[in-house]
Amino acid sequence: MLAEAAAVRGIAQRDGFDARRPRFALLALTGVFVALAVLFMTYDLKGSLSYALEFRARKLGGLALVGFAVAYSSVLFHTVTHNRILTPSLMGFDALYQLIQTSAAFFFGTFAVLQLDERIRFGIEIAIMLAFATVLYRTLFGRDDRDLYVLVLVGIVMGLMFSSLTSLVSRLIDPNEFIALQDRLFADFSRINQDLLVVSSAIILAVVAVSWRLLPRLDVVALGREHSTNLGVDHQRIVNEVLVVIALLVSVSTALVGPVTFLGLLVANLSYQVTGTFRHRYTVPAAVLLGMSALIGGQFILQEVLASSTRLSVVVSFVGGLYFIALLWREARTARA
Amino acid sequence: MIEVSGVTKRYGDATVLDNVSLTLHRGGVTALVGANGAGKSTLLSIIGRLLTPEAGRVSVDGLDVATTPSTELARRLSILRQENTVAVRLTVRELVEFGRFPHSGGRLTANDRDHVERAIDYLQLRPFEHRPVDQLSGGQRQRVFIAMVLCQDTDYVLLDEPLNNLDMRHAVQTMHLVRRLATDLGKTLVVVLHDINFAAHHADRIVAMKDGRILADGTPSEIVTPAQIQAIFDLEVDVHHLDAGPFAAYFARRD
Repeated sequence: MLAEAAAVRGIAQRDGFDARRPRFALLALTGVFVALAVLFMTYDLKGSLSYALEFRARKLGGLALVGFAVAYSSVLFHTVTHNRILTPSLMGFDALYQLIQTSAAFFFGTFAVLQLDERIRFGIEIAIMLAFATVLYRTLFGRDDRDLYVLVLVGIVMGLMFSSLTSLVSRLIDPNEFIALQDRLFADFSRINQDLLVVSSAIILAVVAVSWRLLPRLDVVALGREHSTNLGVDHQRIVNEVLVVIALLVSVSTALVGPVTFLGLLVANLSYQVTGTFRHRYTVPAAVLLGMSALIGGQFILQEVLASSTRLSVVVSFVGGLYFIALLWREARTARA
Repeated sequence: MIEVSGVTKRYGDATVLDNVSLTLHRGGVTALVGANGAGKSTLLSIIGRLLTPEAGRVSVDGLDVATTPSTELARRLSILRQENTVAVRLTVRELVEFGRFPHSGGRLTANDRDHVERAIDYLQLRPFEHRPVDQLSGGQRQRVFIAMVLCQDTDYVLLDEPLNNLDMRHAVQTMHLVRRLATDLGKTLVVVLHDINFAAHHADRIVAMKDGRILADGTPSEIVTPAQIQAIFDLEVDVHHLDAGPFAAYFARRD
């Protein structure tokens, strides 16, 4: 019985789709990731070994968590919005999270924020983020005939609005208190928020455990609302669940390093290209490996090879931004043809 | 049995379906005909739970489509709308395989593969089974989607203008397939058709709609008459009686 099932599975995967290419891609990407991680940990170690290793491990962990969260959420976002250009950060998700962070400091008072345990504060912010993000984006993506370009515009406008509001609110806070807050509120790659590493890992693990079973159904969701309904997949429910997952992951990555625009776009699209399939079982892990490798490799090159003080987020935005323009360009040309 | 009772659908101020009730027994081909905007596609979509009505209920074999789990329904009833595009890049075969999703949840068994093979042969997709769907012509794509629905192997099959984009030969072949599904496999088909003659020759029952209501309901020989067609389409036509059945010469020149 078991042998029969295994044989059937072997045959079933042979036709319609060749699993060798995505499997090979995953294997190669895993290799690259491991190599980069080892390099990052061991290159040019100086001074106290245990201190240096611990220091680097924290940094590596932070980069990996951010790469994971950004890549995972971007692929899922592409699927539920039926396009391959918009990502959570392009739709203003991370700007929204920063606005929540700053507003919380304003309304509850700087000292309350500073005294509160970092993890509790994080939990409260995530709860607010979940409520806002799901309501906001559900209304935005509730209809499935939205024009992609309208959504791009709406996303950019919302992103700008959220970040303008963030700077407005931060000006309302007493300047002296604000300086004290700044470190805790606005993390970036050179100042990864290390208090949140453990809790972030836990959130990511939980999210993956819950959403992994959705992946085959997401293949169907990608066909569109009507086809998935016909095939017995409750489109609206999956979209709602995925939006919660995305809001959680964006909160994690923004709390750790601040906004990372364009990274998700870059790694998600690269993963579709290297795996050559629409199947989430392959595209999601590939994107995650690419995301983690891009950040670890990028940070390593900036820091050790170029010895540059340029921020990684600037480099990622520059490369990703070029790629974004190229994608829009191609989309416009195929739409005309 | 499909039971539609008191279904009303509005878009803003416009009432597209006005308290429609209809019972479709198991087996046979039912054609939904009517002018553009009569509500045929809306009614079909509501039966197939793609749209929710403002009032009324639809049940399939006694299961309310609004409350029954979607997977459960997907094994009994399939629906294909007329405009079908996919944003995802996949091959003909991969799309057809999706038809087995309600049964296999994404992992194909030997039985699922048989269904896929048969559907590909039925719709003559073999020559381009490994081509990406987005590279096909409208008619070829239409056949791929019909193959997907065929693969789903449901008792009830709802097709919204399946002949759209098809050339003469493939239109006829599709209607033969529809007929065969009903006659040989005992399935129940509800098909929205534009061409009254296809309905006259392939359907067991014709339901004619106008302005969101059911205007006439009967066998082809009852519906395809000059008086009925005048009432349904506001068009004067001659109906000839061929050996194969009634034939409305609506495209004849009048001068």
